[in-house]
Amino acid sequence: MSDPIIQVRGLKTQFGDHVVHENLDLDIYRGETIGVIGPSGCGKSVLLSEIVGLLTPTAGSVTVFGETLSELSDRDRQAIERRWSVMFQDGALFSNLTVRENVMVPMKEHTNFSHDLMHDLADLKISLSGLPLNAADKKPSELSGGMRKRAAMARALALDPELVFLDEPTAGLDPITAGRFDSLVRELSRLLGLTVFLVTHDLDTLKATCDRIAVLGDKRVKYTGTLEEVSRIDDPWVQEYFGGPRGRSVVG
Amino acid sequence: MDNQNGEAVLHVEGDWTVKTVGALEREIRRARFEATPQLVDVSALGAVDTAGAFLIHTMLEDGGIEADKTYQLIGEHAQAKALLELVSGRERQEKVVASQPLSIIDLLARVGKGSVHFMDEAVGTLSFIGEAMLTTFKLLLQPHKIRWTSVFAVMEEAGLDALPIVSFLSFFVGMVIAFIGATMLQQTLGATVFTVELVGWAVMREFGVVLTGILLAGRTNSSFTAQIGSMKMRQEIDAMRTLGIDPIEALVTPRILAMLIMTPLLAFGATLSGLLGGLMISWVALDISPILFITRIQEIVIIQNFWVGMSKAPVFALVVAMIACRQGLLVQGDVQSLGKATTASVVHAIFLIIVVDAIFAMMYMELGI
Repeated sequence: MSDPIIQVRGLKTQFGDHVVHENLDLDIYRGETIGVIGPSGCGKSVLLSEIVGLLTPTAGSVTVFGETLSELSDRDRQAIERRWSVMFQDGALFSNLTVRENVMVPMKEHTNFSHDLMHDLADLKISLSGLPLNAADKKPSELSGGMRKRAAMARALALDPELVFLDEPTAGLDPITAGRFDSLVRELSRLLGLTVFLVTHDLDTLKATCDRIAVLGDKRVKYTGTLEEVSRIDDPWVQEYFGGPRGRSVVG
Repeated sequence: MDNQNGEAVLHVEGDWTVKTVGALEREIRRARFEATPQLVDVSALGAVDTAGAFLIHTMLEDGGIEADKTYQLIGEHAQAKALLELVSGRERQEKVVASQPLSIIDLLARVGKGSVHFMDEAVGTLSFIGEAMLTTFKLLLQPHKIRWTSVFAVMEEAGLDALPIVSFLSFFVGMVIAFIGATMLQQTLGATVFTVELVGWAVMREFGVVLTGILLAGRTNSSFTAQIGSMKMRQEIDAMRTLGIDPIEALVTPRILAMLIMTPLLAFGATLSGLLGGLMISWVALDISPILFITRIQEIVIIQNFWVGMSKAPVFALVVAMIACRQGLLVQGDVQSLGKATTASVVHAIFLIIVVDAIFAMMYMELGI
């Protein structure tokens, strides 16, 4: 828990006249699971997109694995991108490929594994993420929302990344599946030393998985700390968030 | 990697991660142990991840460890034990290779399937046309229920915005006809003045409206199909139905109406600019003055030709709008079907426009118009 794996400094994001972030600083340390919370529309997903380089910030810098993304050549960037993976909110699976082929895509792209090994490894990741193996040959459109999420998780884990970005991983899942998902994240972060950047609204997920929580508000990271520390902060939004009937059951 | 020591011990050394095991894979798959290892020494193991652990595990499994018998780990390693446990005990699905022998029966079955599919498609298209027409007529009797905003939006997007390209195209085709006519008539008859008749007949009867139709089939069909298709993919159509909105009423009828209004206007624009193209060439290359050109058009190329051309425009409009909407509604959940539907939409529309035009030509010939 010493060297920051992600360092965001003075980040500013602006769409037209609308300023989403201003002077946003955030450090994420190796091996931790950090949960990013904040009111709807405060730019959580935008922050995620900027860290992984899908969006270019208006100002400020993002450093991942000690490298500033905007200064890297395409090749170096690819090497870095191999070390992380992103699971998007609605899965973003390739709809013309089966689940297994989806999981094999990053392997085909970045390794020299034989087809058999990719096939077996994909099956392993699929069953790790809690999907039955008969789902492997189905197309994403034939799966339920929860199953699609798990398939997306399997794809995110395909290359054993060091850093995983999860955008609302448990939204829309039933409590049992969501619970399994939480313990999967926990287990993997323990076993593989995975660093997890989690955008979520799910209080149970926050409690079950996160070492630290960052609260976004007023265009910046307002507070960071453990769940306990953050829940005691005297801020109207934070109090409403943790003080509501759903929040109390988690914190109290 | 293989070592004997009373009991068989397997020493695993170095890094076993996604980055490194690719190179080892083939050797490992071929490796066979002289004795089934009971102990695995992980003390010299470097970094390891699930891919590495999986390979170690399959190596042991293929090397003779039975599923229920476990091997013991010796030596200290932070993650090896937990990772090996994680990857073991997962069911491995047998790879089924589906190979079907070709036979007469398969062939017949495919032909049968194809025919039934074709019939279904034909019935589906007909019932869609019926439904769309019925809804449109019903709405025409109650004009206040028509979604005029979307009618006008489509009129602008698919009609007005297409005017420049349609006129441009038609202008050049008019020029080309004039050129060809001039050369041919000069060589064969020495009567270049008939170029005017040639341009007038061709542009008014055929090219003005057919060019418009084909351009709309490319431009408008693809956009309608993609719009409706992606709405279908994102379940917006289902949402409409549950909100009590008839998708035909909200999506198809406005498009049909807008196309019915705009296609004749576009065809008119195309005809005019086609004639203009012919006029320019006649003037520049053949010394037929614009006044002579216009007089000859008025006197010799009777107005009937113009109406023959224009009479096809509403039919083309229906072809374009109906096929586009029908294909859009056929889109399923995946991206590929969207691509397929868009292609089918454009191809069917162009095909039908040419066929319908041929039917019109025969019909008018029989009628002597």
